[in-house]
Amino acid sequence: MKFIVKYIKDIWGAITSLLKGMRRTLYYFTHHKEIITQQYPDNRDTLNLPERFKGEVVMPHDENNEHRCTGCQACELACPNGTIKVIFKNEINAEGKKKKAIDKLVYHLELCTMCNLCIEACPSDAIKMAQTFEHSVFDRNQLTKILNNPGSKIMEGVE
Amino acid sequence: MYRQTDIIEDNRDTAQGNFVINVGPQHPATHGVLHLVITLNGETIQKIEPHLGYIHRSIEKMCESLSYRQFIYVTSRMDYLSAHINNHACSLCVEKGLQVEIPPRAQVIRVLMDELTRIASHELWWGAMAMDLGAFTPFFHAFRERETINDIMEETCGARLTMNYMVPGGVMHDIHPNFQKRVKDFMQLYKKKINEYDELVTGNVIFQNRMKGVGVISAEDAVSYGCTGPVARGSGVSSDIRKIYPYEIYDKLEFDEVLETGGDSFARYMVRIREMQQSIRIVEQLIDNIPEGDFMTKTKAVLKLPKGEFYSRVETARGELGVYIVSEGATTPYRIKFRSPGFSNLSILDKMVRGGKIGDLIAAMGTLDLVIPDIDR
Repeated sequence: MKFIVKYIKDIWGAITSLLKGMRRTLYYFTHHKEIITQQYPDNRDTLNLPERFKGEVVMPHDENNEHRCTGCQACELACPNGTIKVIFKNEINAEGKKKKAIDKLVYHLELCTMCNLCIEACPSDAIKMAQTFEHSVFDRNQLTKILNNPGSKIMEGVE
Repeated sequence: MYRQTDIIEDNRDTAQGNFVINVGPQHPATHGVLHLVITLNGETIQKIEPHLGYIHRSIEKMCESLSYRQFIYVTSRMDYLSAHINNHACSLCVEKGLQVEIPPRAQVIRVLMDELTRIASHELWWGAMAMDLGAFTPFFHAFRERETINDIMEETCGARLTMNYMVPGGVMHDIHPNFQKRVKDFMQLYKKKINEYDELVTGNVIFQNRMKGVGVISAEDAVSYGCTGPVARGSGVSSDIRKIYPYEIYDKLEFDEVLETGGDSFARYMVRIREMQQSIRIVEQLIDNIPEGDFMTKTKAVLKLPKGEFYSRVETARGELGVYIVSEGATTPYRIKFRSPGFSNLSILDKMVRGGKIGDLIAAMGTLDLVIPDIDR
């Protein structure tokens, strides 16, 4: 007799514990407003990433096509993966003197781990992190980028 | 080099009728790329051999060629679910070598981030473990809360998983202006939803039957195999580094070390569930009391550790993580060794499931909370 009572009690306990779980599932099934899934990529236009998000390294230019990079190579030294390479050229300034300036700042996105160490190292705030994140391309050569615009110059007063 | 035929040849004379089965390295039932070679007799497990090395990236060797500022980001890729805490351990070790005091604001931010990471890690474990047992819904419930933490991390640190936020001398940025408000919102949400966890999983009769009395680890075994973290605490072994060797401001905080004495899978489950509540308690104490001041002390541009050996340890979500640096006085470490919690916890797998059924293996393995990149490094 005891056995039968325990048997029925076990079944009853099992059914109630399962129904309790099912009730929670049904609750979300009928309450659509509490569902928090995002409809990416349909919501691309309204997607807002925080301004600190580390997507890729970019070099901001102003309207005169001038940047703030002095070519000090601090970013190149700070990078753990050899992502950044600074290539120099000799520029002749207004007084006819030769001056060293950057020719290209080559950035290998395929090697970058977004660790933010180059931006921390930069003394003149020449580079920053952009919020882009859809980086896939068909050819990996497209991931090697030159950060300074063609024909760009260093901003006046940045040393 | 390991060959599959070796095992079969080993067992040819001794274990007739045994059946060798490979679980992994790419198997839906294991988390990550763990390769287990299981010798079965019917459904009974005779022997389990974990074969490591599938995602070995030689992180320790890699760190030896990087400077003291650069090597920290690599450790985010070890135990990627507690990336903050790994970075914390490395920063602590470098700071010990440099003899730098970090400002109180940075200490509080670090502890806050650690505890949020611990909650996020346990959330993911809870969902993944229920999924191991065949329940799919809890996975999404766990990710809902974890997503909130990830958003907080994204806003303050700039990344969701591999943050590289803790640097020698403090933290990389100050906290975001929204940080405190969003953490409070999260705690409100969490307290509302924590009952759902018990409703869905803990009280479930199928779940309890599969967890109780399965994969028992005795306290002696837990000590002799070097288990730490929730695995050891589930067997009643006190092993919380935050209590035993307090770092940062943990000695000033009020929280309990969670101990269960069962030693079975259910005890380890309960340890993690209760640990999340303790983490919430720590966050509650700190979130309104972040001291004003600097978030980083000024350090030199090129860090050089004096000649000697340095060791620091922290409590990650999985157990004790030790970082050991040997310095020759140069800009790069001479040798780095990580004592990762996952490796020691994996070693007890054979002991705890031997003689059990193969169906229980996945459930018992789930409660070990293995992260394979942490084991292989």
